[in-house]
Amino acid sequence: MNNTRAKIVVDHLSVQYDDGTESLRDISLEILANQITVLFGPAGGGKSTLLRALNRLNDLVDGVRLIGKIYLDGEDITGSRVDVTALRRRVGMVFAQAVPLPMSIRQNLTYGLELAGVRQAGKLDFAVEKSLRASALWDEVKDRLNDPAIALSGGQQQRLCLARVLALEPEVVLLDEPTSGLDPISTAKVEASLQEIKRDYTVVIVPHSVQQAARISDQAAFFLQGELIEYGAGKNLFVAPQNKRTEDYVTGRFG
Amino acid sequence: MFLLISAATAATVLPIVFVVGYIAWLGLPAISVEFLTALPREGMRAGGILPAIVGTVYLTLGTGLIAVPLGVAAGIYLAEYAKDNQFTRAIRIAIINLAGIPSVVYGLFGLGLFVLFLHFGTSIIAGCLTLSIMTLPVIISTAEEALRAVPQSFRVVSISLGGTKWQTIWRIVLPQALPGILTGIILGLERAAGETAPILFTVAAFFLPRLPHSIFDATMALPYHLFVISTQVPGMPIRIQYGTALVLLVFVLSMNIIATLIRSRARARRQW
Repeated sequence: MNNTRAKIVVDHLSVQYDDGTESLRDISLEILANQITVLFGPAGGGKSTLLRALNRLNDLVDGVRLIGKIYLDGEDITGSRVDVTALRRRVGMVFAQAVPLPMSIRQNLTYGLELAGVRQAGKLDFAVEKSLRASALWDEVKDRLNDPAIALSGGQQQRLCLARVLALEPEVVLLDEPTSGLDPISTAKVEASLQEIKRDYTVVIVPHSVQQAARISDQAAFFLQGELIEYGAGKNLFVAPQNKRTEDYVTGRFG
Repeated sequence: MFLLISAATAATVLPIVFVVGYIAWLGLPAISVEFLTALPREGMRAGGILPAIVGTVYLTLGTGLIAVPLGVAAGIYLAEYAKDNQFTRAIRIAIINLAGIPSVVYGLFGLGLFVLFLHFGTSIIAGCLTLSIMTLPVIISTAEEALRAVPQSFRVVSISLGGTKWQTIWRIVLPQALPGILTGIILGLERAAGETAPILFTVAAFFLPRLPHSIFDATMALPYHLFVISTQVPGMPIRIQYGTALVLLVFVLSMNIIATLIRSRARARRQW
């Protein structure tokens, strides 16, 4: 692929807590546009913290301190004067556990747009169909858009959560172990959607296994205890890791 | 053991059945259209109790108008905004203590502050304000509890979709907590409707056979009227006493039933 423009630049980022613990230590990396970047490694490595720093969800937690900078299209998003609600529309997030909002399927999809002030029915209908098609859910739910979202199966709920983010037409989609609660077939559907949507979006994902990381990654970053150990093209990193610790983890010697 | 527990349950339920049944048995003969819609006559020994019914309805509604917005707002503040610090801990302790104050003390406080100091006189407004202060702790703590019961994940999702804190509260958290909040409101107002002591010095009239014209008028009210005709008026027909008690009981119990219905309906429709 020719397009290797950096969408997000993380510059010497550390994340610390009030109690003195540190969940990220001096991380620098560039996340490329229209690629799937996987952040992987053992639990507690700081992957989710980095993900949440990218759309400022760490703001919701008391006592988190961030040192360093993160640039989105060259623009610093860490400052206190950044419009975080606008940022979160540009950088959407899918969580490990599918959480449909307590409303209909359709309302779940239009919720973010309505918050942003979009009222025209035509625009909302268009966004509903487009986002459901992108997450491969349209055919399954098009006849029951007014049903409560909770009535969907687990896999459908998670694709709805992806569609809900896509409805906002963000630039970056973050996914935090989106398939950890799903069966293999649902997982395959989500992964297939990701391959589709990366044409239009930049995708950053914390996978739920090394196998998934290897399967879907364009770029891969290996995190261990808050440090970035190795970062590079997935096709190289999983085949011939440069770092001994990466190799040990990828080959299953610890996990 | 099973027998003991069953007996204990029966021991709590039986008195309720007995009290309601007894009052209905003695009170029903008094109930008529005239009793519910006419002014009292012959020193309250005949005629109806309309002023007392209207007075209690006004007091309940007025208390709701004051206590509901304040109480729900305070509940939202405590559940959604307040940080856990000395200040909010002090507020919580104050609310708990407020709930424990005997109602006659509220009555004296209302007399001192609203009736005398603020020159509202013995009036509906003074009574509503007094009953509001008494009702607030119930509304605040049930509202806070209902808001806290809404899963945190809804808030995170809403904010991650570009929602502001207030949009999240208004569009997600509050609608989900509404049944619980309503239950608290009704239970609080139900207590306000049935209390005698807080209205004793602030609003209730011994005998005022006309309907109130403004919020600065005194009025008769069911609980106080019941006290008056039961203890202060010689030669009072017993069926009028029990008829009045029955009206008050039905008024309060129907609020209770509405609260229960709201709660069970909401539980059946809840999506989490």
